[in-house]
Amino acid sequence: MSGTLCIDGIAVPFSDGQTIIEAARTAGVYIPYLCHRPGYAPYGSCKLCTVKVNGRTNTACTLPAADGQTVISNSPDLQHDRQRITQMLFVEGNHFCPSCEKSGNCQLQAVAYHQNMLDNHYPHFYAQRELDASHPDILIDHDRCIFCNLCVRASKEKDGKEVFGIAGRGIHKRLIVNSPTGKLKDSDISVDDEAAHVCPTGAILVKRSAYLAPIGERIYDHHPISEVACERAVLEAGAATGYPSCDQTKLPQNGGPDSHYAATMPPAPDIKHGR
Amino acid sequence: MYEHLETADPALVESGKLKRVAVDPVSRVEGHGKVTLLLDENNKVQQARLHIVEFRGFEKFIQGRPYWELPVMVQRLCGICPVSHHLAAAKAIDQLVGVDPVNLPPAADKLRRLLHFGQVLQSHALHFFHLSSPDLLFGFESEIGKRSIVAVLTDYPDIGLQGVKLRKYGQEVIRMVSGKRIHGTGAIPGGMNKALTKAECDYLKQDIAQIVIWAEAALQLVTKVHTSNLPYYDDFATIRSKYLSLTKPNGALELYHGGIRVKGEQGETLVDHYDYCTYPELIREEVRSWTYMKFPYLTSLGKTDGWYRVGPLARINNCDFIDTPLAESARVEFKRHSGEAMVHSTLAFHWTRMIELLHCAESIQALLDDPDLLSNDLVAKGEKRHEGIGVIEAPRGTLFHHYQIDENDIVTKANLIVSTTSNNTAMNESVRQVAAEYLSGRELSEPLLNNLEVAIRAYDPCLSCATHAVGKMPLQLELIDAEGKLVDTLIRHSSGEFIHSSA
Repeated sequence: MSGTLCIDGIAVPFSDGQTIIEAARTAGVYIPYLCHRPGYAPYGSCKLCTVKVNGRTNTACTLPAADGQTVISNSPDLQHDRQRITQMLFVEGNHFCPSCEKSGNCQLQAVAYHQNMLDNHYPHFYAQRELDASHPDILIDHDRCIFCNLCVRASKEKDGKEVFGIAGRGIHKRLIVNSPTGKLKDSDISVDDEAAHVCPTGAILVKRSAYLAPIGERIYDHHPISEVACERAVLEAGAATGYPSCDQTKLPQNGGPDSHYAATMPPAPDIKHGR
Repeated sequence: MYEHLETADPALVESGKLKRVAVDPVSRVEGHGKVTLLLDENNKVQQARLHIVEFRGFEKFIQGRPYWELPVMVQRLCGICPVSHHLAAAKAIDQLVGVDPVNLPPAADKLRRLLHFGQVLQSHALHFFHLSSPDLLFGFESEIGKRSIVAVLTDYPDIGLQGVKLRKYGQEVIRMVSGKRIHGTGAIPGGMNKALTKAECDYLKQDIAQIVIWAEAALQLVTKVHTSNLPYYDDFATIRSKYLSLTKPNGALELYHGGIRVKGEQGETLVDHYDYCTYPELIREEVRSWTYMKFPYLTSLGKTDGWYRVGPLARINNCDFIDTPLAESARVEFKRHSGEAMVHSTLAFHWTRMIELLHCAESIQALLDDPDLLSNDLVAKGEKRHEGIGVIEAPRGTLFHHYQIDENDIVTKANLIVSTTSNNTAMNESVRQVAAEYLSGRELSEPLLNNLEVAIRAYDPCLSCATHAVGKMPLQLELIDAEGKLVDTLIRHSSGEFIHSSA
């Protein structure tokens, strides 16, 4: 099935099998995400991409696009919730951007910038989980893991191995390694595996590659994640000719059938739509 | 000379007859420290101490981290000389990947030197113009409202503005090489992560001739201030000491890499071309209970006699010559003025700092014509080692970084001897000298107490990183009598408002 859906007033075409987030991204409309990755099966754990579809709350990375859907992504309520989710991820681990080698190339940091995150909001947990530096080429800093499951899925679905898993629940949730000792050095992972390269934060790192990219040549140095995530050609075309608009009469009032937060929470900062 | 003032006679303290005066915090220095004085009934100083009251703990919390993080992480020690920490750590981690300084590619070596000249230039400009020029231009006991860069900009706009622009240029050199003015990246194990582009080089060349001229003017200014106030400038806070610094193999002034030289107070050479990788045999550190800062000393001379000074005065005293012409002629004039082999005047730190400022400007000018800066042969490789030591001449003196790692590349042990630590005994000695010679027996007032800060400031101490708000640093002076009763209070609030109350 293919057709057109409407995201924040923009007409977005989709092709058969696309989710809302992929249809949006392909059309140059950015919906923030961390656990999703183009080319990976829908997963839906981080909830950053939560949108309103015909008035109901859904994760854009799991819901198939359908003709005539009306999607609201860039509302103050949703952006506010995204900012809070991002803040929770920061306080739950140890994300010290100033000295982190992933800085400038880090999706979590880029999302935080996009969500205009200026403080932690929540008290810091000061996590202290053990570093696994046992592997000669790969390092795990557990304090930076956000449980997106990308390494788990990459190892299983792309590398044909099962090196990683997530164990425990709630605050006891942790990334585990499938090896007799639980150490990475005793697992099947190789530095060429996709699992070693998909981490959206600095939790799984290739050793001795830190700071090789000078400031100015890192992924997010010149373009925010809202642009990096989309195809450059699509963005340029959109900037040149404008984005196709939906029929305004079909749009609900902004924030119409929206969540109860609107009444109780302070307004989220004004965030430019990711295009 | 004034060691007897480190600790007052316990019997006197017991008797409860001593008054305590605290200058807290010491202002216009980097970080947080305080001075305490104990005075007897006749206002004679019985004890004077500079305390460092903050604790950073970098040596502890970099344990357990991978070594390649070090240059970027430890530079966060300081917002004024982060580049020096970045490069000292970089030299240490070069060794961890089996690369010694001689094996660094010429491009990487020169880029690091350029980066460091920019660092020393901006730090020296900051210290001289922003932090110390108010004392030098308006007098040590001037009205407190005058003692800031804002007053300098009002009364001496040309001098103030040149200071700001000199510093800016140094920051721009840092930005071109490391990507950011403060806390960039640049040095990686075995080299650098980027060369300069032609455009970046041309951008820096635009202003360098002007920078050299302004650096000469700054040197002339400090020379005039010093020589027109002799013998006061030669005597104030002055102590005779040994000096430690790096020098080039030919004895020339060196800021990035060299052997350790130590000279005695008569100019006799005690140590020369010493390989800093064995510094643990040369230097030990003593801990005293009343301060968080350690007291390093030369092992061979022991705790009492082994202390020494580092920084611009040590470097200019120790070197045989400077390999840039303008700075060299300034050095010759400087040495001639005292007539001694070594210049011991503490306020001469300012003079030597400006000689180095000029040396940095001249060196940057020469380096910018070097085509190696544009070369992309930037990284050398070698065999992994488990221990690395990097030593550099930071703006404030010799800086030691020492790391050990395990088989998984994780830091297991770290030791940092930052420049200011080496000057700890000297700063305390200078504080005691000022207390004994200039304050003892006098009714203390706020301007008089600034003399203590002037003495400390001459060393340009980096007590750690602190944010500065010009003229707004809250400060409280308390005079407590023998019974512990508050006699006098002077408070400056962060709004700049003064409250003086006599009990």
